[in-house]
Amino acid sequence: MIESNLPVLIILSPLCAALICMLLTAIHRELGRAVVVLAVLVSLVMSVMQLRLVIDGGPIHYAIGNYAVPYGIELVIDSLNALIIVMISLIGFLTVLSAGNFSDRRPLVHGAANTILALLITGLLGMASTGDVFNLYVFLEITSLSAYCLIALGGSRGVVSAYRYLLVGTIAATLYLIGVALLYGATGTLNMGDMAEILDKGDHDNVMLLASCFLIPAFGIKMALFPFHGWQPSAYTHAEPGTRPLISGVMGKLPALAMFRYFYCIFGTDFVYVKYMMAVLGVFSVIGMLYGSIMAMWQSDIRKMLAYSSVAQISYISLGFAVGTPVALAGAFLHMLGHAFMKGGLFFCTGAVRFKYGTADLNDFGRLYKKMPLTGGLLTLAALSMIGIPPTAGFFSKWYLALGAAGQHEWIYIAVLVISSLLNAAYFFKLIEKLFIQKSSGIRERWSSRELELPVTLLVPIVVCFIAILGIGLCNAWIVDVLMMSLEGVGL
Amino acid sequence: MTMINSFLAEKGIYLLTFILLALGVAGIITCNNYMKKLICMNIMQVAVIFLFLCLGQKRGGTIPVALSGAAEAAEYINPLPHGLMLTAIVVSLGTTAVGLSLLLRIKEKYGTIEEDDLLYREKLLSMETQRTREKLKKQDQQSKDK
Repeated sequence: MIESNLPVLIILSPLCAALICMLLTAIHRELGRAVVVLAVLVSLVMSVMQLRLVIDGGPIHYAIGNYAVPYGIELVIDSLNALIIVMISLIGFLTVLSAGNFSDRRPLVHGAANTILALLITGLLGMASTGDVFNLYVFLEITSLSAYCLIALGGSRGVVSAYRYLLVGTIAATLYLIGVALLYGATGTLNMGDMAEILDKGDHDNVMLLASCFLIPAFGIKMALFPFHGWQPSAYTHAEPGTRPLISGVMGKLPALAMFRYFYCIFGTDFVYVKYMMAVLGVFSVIGMLYGSIMAMWQSDIRKMLAYSSVAQISYISLGFAVGTPVALAGAFLHMLGHAFMKGGLFFCTGAVRFKYGTADLNDFGRLYKKMPLTGGLLTLAALSMIGIPPTAGFFSKWYLALGAAGQHEWIYIAVLVISSLLNAAYFFKLIEKLFIQKSSGIRERWSSRELELPVTLLVPIVVCFIAILGIGLCNAWIVDVLMMSLEGVGL
Repeated sequence: MTMINSFLAEKGIYLLTFILLALGVAGIITCNNYMKKLICMNIMQVAVIFLFLCLGQKRGGTIPVALSGAAEAAEYINPLPHGLMLTAIVVSLGTTAVGLSLLLRIKEKYGTIEEDDLLYREKLLSMETQRTREKLKKQDQQSKDK
């Protein structure tokens, strides 16, 4: 009973928690949060079960409400999004767990923040699992609307950046709808699989070309790809502190997944202009990788540095799409998983430092490793992984990307990959230098305890991210095998 | 002349929709006032709703409610785009509501919703926080020296 309905239950669990969270917060301050934590934990357990089912038995097709497939909404879970759903629910769970330490004193705001966080997780899970283009739009907007609210909760700077994000994000949603309208007008269906079949049969190249002209900017804005990234640095910097790991670590990856679905699953290789579209994407990613890294070097606020480095890191993913061989696509997806834990982990660490010392300035990080050994450890490991030093996750994703690019003889991509990694090294070694060498500045502790460096709810995410970064790196062969189950025959 | 007429009759509505869309986007980019930007955003969304409704339209079709005497699908217009746009309208309502409440907060915190003033005030704010931070550091140093 549960097993056959897993795909929809994973989405429904945080949604139900969001619906009752406010009510329960009115009864007791922490009750609503507890329910949200429990619901996301349930999603996490079910998503792991689902991943096992998918690995054993192949893709799951789930028709919501048993409506026949091209007419009703379908959820399609293959090994790609099964892995990504596990990633979302794990980071979502850690974020909800640690967000309690940054909560607002006013109970109503506290309850609302948890409600919106649960809605954000719902939207992300829905975007990952849906197989219907319009359903994707609805989940995209659920995600975006809750993200606007969470960014606005981060103080007066946050409100302005949330408003700017709202305007730009709505333009993206509108462009996406135009793309859907064009494809729907040509095929008469909204189901992804069905649409792919119909586009295969007829001569629809012009429609696909026009639609992809709208879809690339749409997803580009949502995932903060280079020329469309303007909203991103300030939004990531000023978001509500407890929710930053989820917003900056996971939110950009789902539009990238949707972009992959469009270009490789729906349009497919019979689309004659796909090479040109991917070349455009490649140019964007190459410039983005350099631009993001260079901008990150200038920042002294660590949050802003991490935000700009996200611009560069998201370009690695689109670079994998631009190359388009199964190996490069596997590298892109491995980077999606790995980067979520690296960036999420870095934001967990900065959150922890902010919680303990009330500062986010890089210059205050002097000899932090003595005072906070675990946090310092994760900061170092995540920084090394960002640079791409084995055996961390970052090295192997870049390795597969380079391998794919070499297979296609795209030497420029490899050169830029290496240069961007060196630039990453420049600013992440700055962080490591501050951590270990610079004299400690006189920052005062706000929270102290004899046994632990931080409260348990903040330590758990740090430890889990540490294990995940190492684990993804060491088990990369297994993960790539799982990814390849769906990627065989998909690429160019 | 007939060519233009037939073109306008067939595709004219798409042209108008496109103009509406372009107006909305241009407004978001050029307007200085955040409220006006929000209104332009709504105009843009309405343009897309029109685009979808055009797709569902057909000559000689009637409203998609089962009528006696009209049994063929060809006699009804396509109801699906209308259903989709119902959802899109709800989403745009939600977006507008969030946008308006954000505007209220901006007005509360900065006292203005003009972009130029806002940028100026943000700069002032960041300079102020930097100054207070330096002051705090100096105080820390002094207390240590003592």
